Amino acid sequence: MNRRGSFLLALLAAALIALPAFADNYLLSVATLCLFFAYTGQAWNIMMGFAGQLSLGHALYLGVGGYTAGALYFHYGVSPWIGVWFAIFVCIALGAFLGALAFRSGISGVYFTLLTIAFAEFARIGFDHFTWVGGSAGLFLKVSQQNWLDLRGPPALYYYVMLMLAALAFGLSAWLLRRRPGYYWQAIRENEEAASALGIDTFRWKLVAVVTSAAMTAVSGVFLVFYYNNLFPEQIFSINRSVEIILAPIIGGMGTLFGPIIGAALISLLADGATELVDVLGWNIPGVKQIIYGLILFAVVVFLPHGIWPSIARKLNLER
Amino acid sequence: MNLLEVEKLGKSFRGLRAVSGVSFRVAENSIVALIGPNGAGKTTLFNLIAGALAPDSGIISFAGTRIDGLRPDQICASGIGRTFQIVKPFAGLSVLDNVIVGALQRSANIAAARACAEEILRKLGLESKRDLPAAALTLPDRKRLEVARALATKPKLLLLDEVMAGLRPAECDEVIGTLREVNKRDGVTILLIEHVMRAVMALAEQVIVLHHGEIIGQGAPAEVVRQPAVVASYLGDNSDL
Repeated sequence: MNRRGSFLLALLAAALIALPAFADNYLLSVATLCLFFAYTGQAWNIMMGFAGQLSLGHALYLGVGGYTAGALYFHYGVSPWIGVWFAIFVCIALGAFLGALAFRSGISGVYFTLLTIAFAEFARIGFDHFTWVGGSAGLFLKVSQQNWLDLRGPPALYYYVMLMLAALAFGLSAWLLRRRPGYYWQAIRENEEAASALGIDTFRWKLVAVVTSAAMTAVSGVFLVFYYNNLFPEQIFSINRSVEIILAPIIGGMGTLFGPIIGAALISLLADGATELVDVLGWNIPGVKQIIYGLILFAVVVFLPHGIWPSIARKLNLER
Repeated sequence: MNLLEVEKLGKSFRGLRAVSGVSFRVAENSIVALIGPNGAGKTTLFNLIAGALAPDSGIISFAGTRIDGLRPDQICASGIGRTFQIVKPFAGLSVLDNVIVGALQRSANIAAARACAEEILRKLGLESKRDLPAAALTLPDRKRLEVARALATKPKLLLLDEVMAGLRPAECDEVIGTLREVNKRDGVTILLIEHVMRAVMALAEQVIVLHHGEIIGQGAPAEVVRQPAVVASYLGDNSDL
């Protein structure tokens, strides 16, 4: 990125930091959700955008991460700031298992994607019957206390936590992309056989991508459960959830650093804007949000097949 | 001293013996050409040496150690670089980044890998195209990029699979010059599959002729092209040598 790009990034960061001073709670909740999708999209982007491994089951890590920290808090009062490390650990183990199973037995492409869906579905059914964490009736966290140690507080607290996470994920992705892992992942994405011939242990590096992505997504799950204070297997592990996560990076531009951020902003603002508009107009149409999603996705795929960011970057002359 | 030793190597695909009982040696610092008609098993032999395929039987030793059955990345790490007959560029990455990926094999430091990659691009005449996406290259340039990427891994042995195919004679001579320099100055041993006899005659000290998966002749280029079995199976009567 050039100086102009850095300047715009600094401006964006300043605006985001100052936002809670001006925004009401509703706008703050929209912004929080937007940052959530930017962060989670960044996590998914490492696996698909960088390393070319398509996961349609990222709800797995979201759910397992959320349930791990949620259950630790519910049963033992463990702070989410500590619980999140357990969530990360469990999701790393899960990702490593899934990745090793797939890559050792030569499962790739759509079959790998099917495996990720199968794992998420398996978890959904498993957690439906896992009564220790409430089964299909769900897990509910106490909402009474206002204590940042338990991630309990005003909307601005959640906003700043998510802003910090999104910034960290962006920084980590940028760092990885410019170092050996980034080069190796992109080589694997572009041509695995050639990557292997150039000395890249493709099994190992694909596994690193899956595990990194899983660990980051686990944190999203922890945030989600402490933000909403409830967790249902049918919702958190649903394939809709997995698809929702990946829309931002696809719309924004897969494999790019700003893609997930731009995509998340567009989806959140347009979807909520549409809900508002429909309210104002008095139309009572269910599913209008989904229709808007679909239309944006359609437009991007048709007119900007590489996502929004690459064309913005070219127009504004931000790269190189 | 022999850098590469292949002993009674065999590989079958569902009953088709692609390579059978192949034994040969490649001396250090030499240039050896592998020729033969289409379907003779040349690329299969390359894939066996480079680890893309595992042999059914036989032994491959490189610099005194057995490498048969190792993975491609392990074989690359041991010092064998290869190109692909059907080029496999990292299409979405820039030409420079393509070569940096190879250079990272010998140095985890990005700046050092970049410097190494830039030097190799200069050597192969690709420096003016370093920032283009590899997808934008013409076929001759893509072939050059294959060689550049393989060289970036700093191999002791370079396996080149038809890098001259589709090149005009002048371009061909350029590549011949580069390969000679790589061989003489950098001490890289070269084993090449080639149909362009002009390149074979100009470069190779030794030629191995493969037919139906078996070696039917080997020796100095001028001798080999006169051996009756070779003439009959491959070169034909009116080859324009």
